[in-house]
Amino acid sequence: MKQRFIFLEHTADVKFQAFGKNIEEVFESSALALKETIYKKPIQEKEEKEIEVKGQDFESLLYNFLEEFLYLLDAENFLLSKIKKIKIDKFKIKAIVIGDKATNYEFANDVKAITYSEMFVKKIKDKYVAQVVLDV
Amino acid sequence: MYKEKAKKIDKWMYEIPKEGDMNVPVRVFLSEKLFNEVEDETFGQLVNVSKLPGILKYSVGMSDIHLGYGFPIGGVAAFDLEKGIISPGATGFDINCGVRLLATNIPIKEFIKKRKEILHDTKRTIPSGLGRGGKRYSKEIIKEVLVKGSEWAFENKFATKEDLEHTEENGKINGANPEDVSDRALSRGLPQLGTLGAGNHFIDFQVVDEIFDEKTAKVFGLEKGTLCVMIHCGSRGLGHQVASDYIRLIEEKYGAEKFPDRELGYAPIKSELGKKYFSAMKCAVNFAFCNRQMIMYEIRELLKRYYPNSKTNLVYDLAHNISKIEKHTFNKTEKDLLIIRKGATRCFGPERKEIPVVYRKVGQPVIIPGSMSTPSFILVGTKKAEELSFASSAHGAGRAHSRTWSHKTLDVKQIKAILAKKDIILEGSFKASIEESEFSYKDVEEVIDATVNAGLGKKVAKLRPVAVMIG
Repeated sequence: MKQRFIFLEHTADVKFQAFGKNIEEVFESSALALKETIYKKPIQEKEEKEIEVKGQDFESLLYNFLEEFLYLLDAENFLLSKIKKIKIDKFKIKAIVIGDKATNYEFANDVKAITYSEMFVKKIKDKYVAQVVLDV
Repeated sequence: MYKEKAKKIDKWMYEIPKEGDMNVPVRVFLSEKLFNEVEDETFGQLVNVSKLPGILKYSVGMSDIHLGYGFPIGGVAAFDLEKGIISPGATGFDINCGVRLLATNIPIKEFIKKRKEILHDTKRTIPSGLGRGGKRYSKEIIKEVLVKGSEWAFENKFATKEDLEHTEENGKINGANPEDVSDRALSRGLPQLGTLGAGNHFIDFQVVDEIFDEKTAKVFGLEKGTLCVMIHCGSRGLGHQVASDYIRLIEEKYGAEKFPDRELGYAPIKSELGKKYFSAMKCAVNFAFCNRQMIMYEIRELLKRYYPNSKTNLVYDLAHNISKIEKHTFNKTEKDLLIIRKGATRCFGPERKEIPVVYRKVGQPVIIPGSMSTPSFILVGTKKAEELSFASSAHGAGRAHSRTWSHKTLDVKQIKAILAKKDIILEGSFKASIEESEFSYKDVEEVIDATVNAGLGKKVAKLRPVAVMIG
């Protein structure tokens, strides 16, 4: 996968499209786009966390998956570096994620929330595309 | 194309007439210049709002309106309590994001002498930025804050009686039950009371630069040439999580298909889920009032160390993102309505009993911050706004350009140059400040002119930033 995500114009907020050759990969790319919005430079790989998320369709699954990282940030001071393992079964995700303490990084950007605004997860030809607007 | 449907009603007002499945017309208060700048999708969002069940009179847009998600930023709507709805996406994620203004008797010359140290001290004292929590409070205490708001601060000697009176809803909105707030939301709030957050949140040291209305300025306690402190922040992760939780619950119960926009999911006000969201939202509202109070307390203490004889008084604290029940005259009778303000400020005129006694003769102060390097304005509320916009006014300059645009188009050098030219010092990253510079916002004076000319406030004072801390 050459480019995992791109950022698009949105006046108030941050909008991105993420790509993947399968559903797991497009979810992983979306998490990386969120990480990029919060902190542009690399995050060290010091802590591992297991997460489990459910949804009703791919959109709500993506919403809940991304929101988990905002929760980890505020409640557990955890900033994502990368996804080590991700498995999606129906509308359920199990993943192992790696990152570091958020307080080790200066001047990170705040993402207030994931939104449903203009959100989609689609298969276009042979690849998956997800679009998300973040409230920043 | 929504914009081409808009008709100019008078010099400062545009209307999209009711058609199709719209329940009410759209009304927006703009100059021609501002009208031309507003994105077409923003009008589309106002039209979507007009389709919500139980909406009354108009789907209203303020002079600083811009594109949001679901509900536009700078949007206002009123709902009938019997037939109406409540929507977590409409209120927004940053519940009771708002602004407060602290006036002082410190001459600006005295402040300028020490501003570097004071600004630096502020940064050290008030936790800001990502993951930087403050003191970690217990769940029991935070639950108390959710019920009592600023009253908790008063009981613990972080607030005066006057501070409470000078806060919208006296710093405590009734009907907040912490049992309606999830554990996840609570966990996000534990380390965040008294913290600024990041993004567009700020603490600005400003000088009262110009007075337009001497008499009212005096009532508000604003004196030319003195220092003021403006604080902008909200309910932090706790509020964001409350919004997310209920967007999810409402979707699960009602399904996403019937909403005009997935972000505009709603529940009837009278439904069980609607009531639960309203209660949880009120918890976040109270958390935010108390949060700004705790920040102001620290700033007061800090100023006292530098100027032991100084006086500081809270002019007012106002919510920007809120849903609440207010009395408004509709069809010539006074009625309780649910008002949603998303990126809008309440602006009651004279005689309203919701505002402090000292302001009741003139109307409430309306605080409208500019961007990082442009002036802020203090207006006074009007009776006319009660007729036109459910007593709502603009809440800021309004973003004109995206963050992506800002980073592509601007550089740190330009930001440094403009701050140097205007003699403003900054605490925070210059790189982050690129997104918040005046180039990314609308012309605040144009927004104020449109607001005032439309009758949604009268100018009282202009404040100029001299030292800025961004989150």
